[in-house]
Amino acid sequence: MASKHVRLTFTPELIQAPVIYQMGHEFQVVTNVRMADVDQSVGWVVLEVTGEADEIERCLVWVRGQGVRVDDATLGDVVEG
Amino acid sequence: MTFDRALRCRECGREYPLDPIYSCEFCFGPLEVAYDYEGIREAVTRDSLERGPNTLWRYADFLPCDPAYKVDIGTGYTPLIRADRLAKAVGLDTLWLKNDTVNPSWSFKDRVVSVAIARARQFGFSAMACASTGNLANSVAAHSAAAGMECFVFIPNDLEQGKVVGSAIYRPTLVMVEGSYDDVNRLCSELSTQYPWAFVNINVRPYYAEGSRTLGFEVAEQLGWRAPDHVVAPMASGSLYTKIWKGFQEFHKVGLIDEPHTRMSGAQASGCSPIATAFAGHTLNFIPQKPNTIARSLAIGNPADGYYALKQMQETNGGAAMATDDEIVDGIKLLAETEGIFAETAGGVTVACLKQLVASGFIRRDEETVVFITGAGLKTLEAVVDAVDEPLRVPARSERFAEALAARRAAPVGATGGR
Repeated sequence: MASKHVRLTFTPELIQAPVIYQMGHEFQVVTNVRMADVDQSVGWVVLEVTGEADEIERCLVWVRGQGVRVDDATLGDVVEG
Repeated sequence: MTFDRALRCRECGREYPLDPIYSCEFCFGPLEVAYDYEGIREAVTRDSLERGPNTLWRYADFLPCDPAYKVDIGTGYTPLIRADRLAKAVGLDTLWLKNDTVNPSWSFKDRVVSVAIARARQFGFSAMACASTGNLANSVAAHSAAAGMECFVFIPNDLEQGKVVGSAIYRPTLVMVEGSYDDVNRLCSELSTQYPWAFVNINVRPYYAEGSRTLGFEVAEQLGWRAPDHVVAPMASGSLYTKIWKGFQEFHKVGLIDEPHTRMSGAQASGCSPIATAFAGHTLNFIPQKPNTIARSLAIGNPADGYYALKQMQETNGGAAMATDDEIVDGIKLLAETEGIFAETAGGVTVACLKQLVASGFIRRDEETVVFITGAGLKTLEAVVDAVDEPLRVPARSERFAEALAARRAAPVGATGGR
């Protein structure tokens, strides 16, 4: 089993979509919310995703396909100036 | 003796030992170094600091590394210059420039890397690594060379030549990654878990980031042991901007300066402005962006410290502004033509944003302001090469020179190649 810590960023039009529910429903992964916030302009969730490594990757590709931005949970962009 | 005590989660406050780790196991929040400020207060005085070396190591008691492991190539204690001509041009009474273009690899990144490499050596790492659009790469490569350490530098495949050569000259393993900016990010995050390297802005990030506090320390000392009324600093990840303020606060905490009331303002490029855009929208939640700006050194679309930068703006009654590519070039030129300092694009962003913030009245004329110029212009010649005057071309005869000079002086602005 593997585990990945990701930050999902939702634009306003995606905030109402049950993306996290679908992650657990469509893929063999367990999702665990650690931090989250939402306001009128944006929502974000810091999530632990556990499962087989390949399944996590497939799941995150699907999440990106929904228009949700997926990043490392803590680091933000690691490419610096 | 060092005064770093633990790593502490910035979100939930849990503490961890001083290891090469960067995130909280509980909430995944970022870790930051916690210090024994009582110990520092007893160890340092204004006099003892003033007697220290003319580098950032004069603040060794404030740094999260054993100075016995330092790699000192002369970083820090850079000039704080009174900028009367630029002040007049933008409409301020008192303006200072913190000129960090004069660091050993010509950017402020030498500060953070100085701390990161010392801590990495203290941990026993034998190789350094980073992912960078230039300045960080140059600095990590330079410091690793001086330390005799192996070095791996990952860069996007479309960098300015000056920044590529500026790393390659130190002979690191320089890796140009094919693909998008996001691909470079993803690859480097993966590699950081697979190789036993000190990735300066990943596994030693809590220590690395602390190096930027020295900018705050220096400005306070150079102003005669006080903080300024207003600061304008560039924002990429937001780390530099937040650490300057932390430096002022810490100097107050250990009794070196009065309580700072500095208004902290940040500068971003319009083509990569997640923090400034969120500020304009009155939210602490920024939306990550895909960078598209000539200010490559500020092109962080998903800034790790963006939330903390926004909070700091709110708490200090500071603000944010953003500059277009044209304004960035004009900012570089204005700084060069008024103060004789040639900055890279990040400096152009900062000067352009200073100008906007003063013009809008957000910075009042009577606020003593410090602007941080963080990298040298020779790194980003491409940005200004078409914006400077063509040289006069004359045969070696004095009368022909006189004719050419008269023609140049009569030419309307912008007719000689420059904007």
